[in-house]
Amino acid sequence: MKAIVTIRRRENIADPEGSTIRRALGDLGFADVQAVRVNRTIELDLQGLDRDEVISQAREMCDRLLVNPVMEDFDIEIVA
Amino acid sequence: MNVGIVVFPGTNCEHDVAHAFGLLGAQTEFVWHRETTLDGLDGVVLPGGFAHGDYLRAGAIARFSPVMDAVADAADSGVPVLGICNGFQVLCEAGLLPGALIANRDLRFICRPVHVRVEATDSVLTRAAKPGQVLRIPLNSYEGNYVRAEEAPRTILRYCGPDGTIGEASNPNGSFDSIAGVTNAAGNVAGLMPHPERAFEDFMTSTDGRVLFESFLSLAEAAHD
Repeated sequence: MKAIVTIRRRENIADPEGSTIRRALGDLGFADVQAVRVNRTIELDLQGLDRDEVISQAREMCDRLLVNPVMEDFDIEIVA
Repeated sequence: MNVGIVVFPGTNCEHDVAHAFGLLGAQTEFVWHRETTLDGLDGVVLPGGFAHGDYLRAGAIARFSPVMDAVADAADSGVPVLGICNGFQVLCEAGLLPGALIANRDLRFICRPVHVRVEATDSVLTRAAKPGQVLRIPLNSYEGNYVRAEEAPRTILRYCGPDGTIGEASNPNGSFDSIAGVTNAAGNVAGLMPHPERAFEDFMTSTDGRVLFESFLSLAEAAHD
């Protein structure tokens, strides 16, 4: 089973990558883009676990390593 | 005085830091990240570099190196602990200092001297400095943009102009409140993004880093006695 963790920097935390991409899009004529946020996704392939166990383990991984709680939030999606 | 310099895979400023402490008469010892004790050391420095390649986030994996439990114990017991650049990022990830460091505002790697102003002298890094003193020290980082935790950090150094003026024009990387260095509540753990060890001898065009390492050694000496 595969879990996709999406890590989002909180709204009140600067996102220099997103700001730079927004400017570049503006330069290319995409004038309607008001803001860009760059998120990070991490795919975890976990075998031999049921859905609840995958979610539980992925959440623990986020809490311990994958996410910095000072500036980031996350969500977990199970695929296939 | 015997200062431990922690070396992670990817650390690259350990010899510079050892050389600088040597100029001040202190003994140094490299401590591999797999060590589990810091016994016999009067202070600990986490130098600059790219610990564990800085994958995931700068300092995020280094936080789990075995030596970090000993660093946390040392910090709790009042031993001076200093993180420079990548070491600062590691201490933030480990929760020993507040906040976090993200990519520079302009997404440029910055390698040049900057000015910092001493904002408080009640820390391991600034106790020998004068309040308001302006220091010229090289900055060398891509992820030096300080973002704060929920609580207000105890700021010890802020980026400034040559005359000490603080503002966006003199903030090289977009750090919150122009913060260049912070300390913990007890004052014995400190981190900063610029490299004091690169402002130590006349040929480096600035010797302003000395007062910071002298501060560190004075607390190490006090803790030793």
